[in-house]
Amino acid sequence: MFDSIVRLAESVRSGERSAEGVATETLARVDAREPSVKAFLHVDRAGFLEAAKAVDAKRARGETLGLLAGVPIAIKDALCMTGVPTTAASRILEGYKPVYDATVVAKLRAADATLVGKTNLDEFAMGSSNENSAYAKVHNPWDLDRAPGGSSGGSAAAVASRMCPGSLGSDTGGSIRQPASFCGIVGVKPTYGRVSRYGLIAFASSLDQVGPFATDVRGAARMLQVLAGHDPHDATTLDAAVDDYEAACEKPVKGLRVGIPREYFGEGLDPEVDVAVRRAISCLEQFGCTVKPVSLPHTKYAVATYYVLATAEASSNLARFDGVRYGLRKEPDRDLRNMYGATRDAGFGPEVKRRILLGTFVLSSGFYDAYYLKAQKVRTLITRDFEKAFEEVDVLCAPTAPTTAFKIGEKTHDPLAMYLSDIDTLPASLAGVPAMSIPVGLSASGLPIGLQIITPHLQESRAFAIAAACESHAALQVGAPTKFA
Amino acid sequence: MSNARTFDRGTVEHVAKLAALSLSSEEAERFTTELAAIVAHVDELASLDTSDVPPTYQVCVPASALRPDVVVPSLSNEEALSQAPRQSHGGFAVPVFVEG
Repeated sequence: MFDSIVRLAESVRSGERSAEGVATETLARVDAREPSVKAFLHVDRAGFLEAAKAVDAKRARGETLGLLAGVPIAIKDALCMTGVPTTAASRILEGYKPVYDATVVAKLRAADATLVGKTNLDEFAMGSSNENSAYAKVHNPWDLDRAPGGSSGGSAAAVASRMCPGSLGSDTGGSIRQPASFCGIVGVKPTYGRVSRYGLIAFASSLDQVGPFATDVRGAARMLQVLAGHDPHDATTLDAAVDDYEAACEKPVKGLRVGIPREYFGEGLDPEVDVAVRRAISCLEQFGCTVKPVSLPHTKYAVATYYVLATAEASSNLARFDGVRYGLRKEPDRDLRNMYGATRDAGFGPEVKRRILLGTFVLSSGFYDAYYLKAQKVRTLITRDFEKAFEEVDVLCAPTAPTTAFKIGEKTHDPLAMYLSDIDTLPASLAGVPAMSIPVGLSASGLPIGLQIITPHLQESRAFAIAAACESHAALQVGAPTKFA
Repeated sequence: MSNARTFDRGTVEHVAKLAALSLSSEEAERFTTELAAIVAHVDELASLDTSDVPPTYQVCVPASALRPDVVVPSLSNEEALSQAPRQSHGGFAVPVFVEG
């Protein structure tokens, strides 16, 4: 029987199980499952076992253990972990070992979690399928010929294949929610500023947000409880009180007004996704929620807006990779500019170059007003759509992605088609509002379907209440893939 | 108003230089085709009237967050240099870039 995060932590806290025993079992599962899933770029065996022993020693000394005592958590390789290889799945950071922990990593350690290792992703978190990793392709545990989604594909696949009950991802335009949907697990993108970005290798700083994956809603709630809060190292973190997210999972949802944004149910939506999402919404009606259609009229501009703003920010953030302070260096001659150019050409993969070029273009002289400034204005319109909708309803429910997981290689030839598949997750990212994906069904061919739950700024608790209600409904339970149960 | 036609091979080469990317000829050719299609899609933003709309410069943050100006310990020189491909005299080593 595979234990959830909460069950596991409580059994270690009570002494029913040892953290070392849990870690040993986890490594055995990783050894058996990793060859077919390829979720990890680095398994930190020694550090993981050492952390587990330290948790057991702490309990033996009579100290109170943290909320995630002995819980094995995998970390997206875009997050810094002291002394552990951190690549962001890029050749340009091959061999890099950070000298500090990301704040979220430090917070997990402080809560007595044990960190299994670093999971694969699209290079610098740029992608929707994990196929842009410079190192390996991750396989979807529900169908190994399919992509796990991206960019946090490794983190999602590690949890979906039950190698560990939780992991960290980062979401810039859907990079937690879409892989959670494709892999049939829970994934949470918190409010922008709810969780520290310190130690997250930056892609687009006004959009990036770290969040948890878990096998169940309460596990994700407990993880966010540990991760959330103000951080002096990140000036964009919010100094707002952190709710009790786990307690929120017990709250009744009766009387909550659920909005159905019509723009998410149009052309391009897979009929099976449509049916599953509407069934989940009707289950919420059975729990006493009222349902009403709403409109987010600027949704169709989200892809264009996002790919201007995210690439502009990326072109600036990725300027730091120049062969001087860390990572790869190519020095064809004794010329500094040639060193920059050669290092970056050898170190970055095609999708990263594509985005750096696009981002540099939209910021360049003569094009800034038409693209960057214009997109910043449309971002305001997209944010206003949400503000207006939330005057009428408490929560929005929609598909997380228009389709189930696609085949590996199916979309790699057409970057624009890949970008367009992000349409359902981009608007919440642009508005900075929290959004999560929970599994609510399987397609006829056995692929998971995700429901996206979007709430106003800092109202993660409301989303957890809705998510827990859905999870408790017999008609919406998904479970683990048979071969990894 | 469409800018798509202005996105040609010359644009890619100019932008690559700004971004300090040395592209091969094949890369420049491929990116020209792919980016022209993406820029054409992005051009749909031009159809929206945003004359009265302020740009979004801050997300969720009401004002700049300032902390007290107190010096706190940071990385040591040794730690900061530990990942550098080349170092010299307690600093990062780079090719000479000032003639002289």
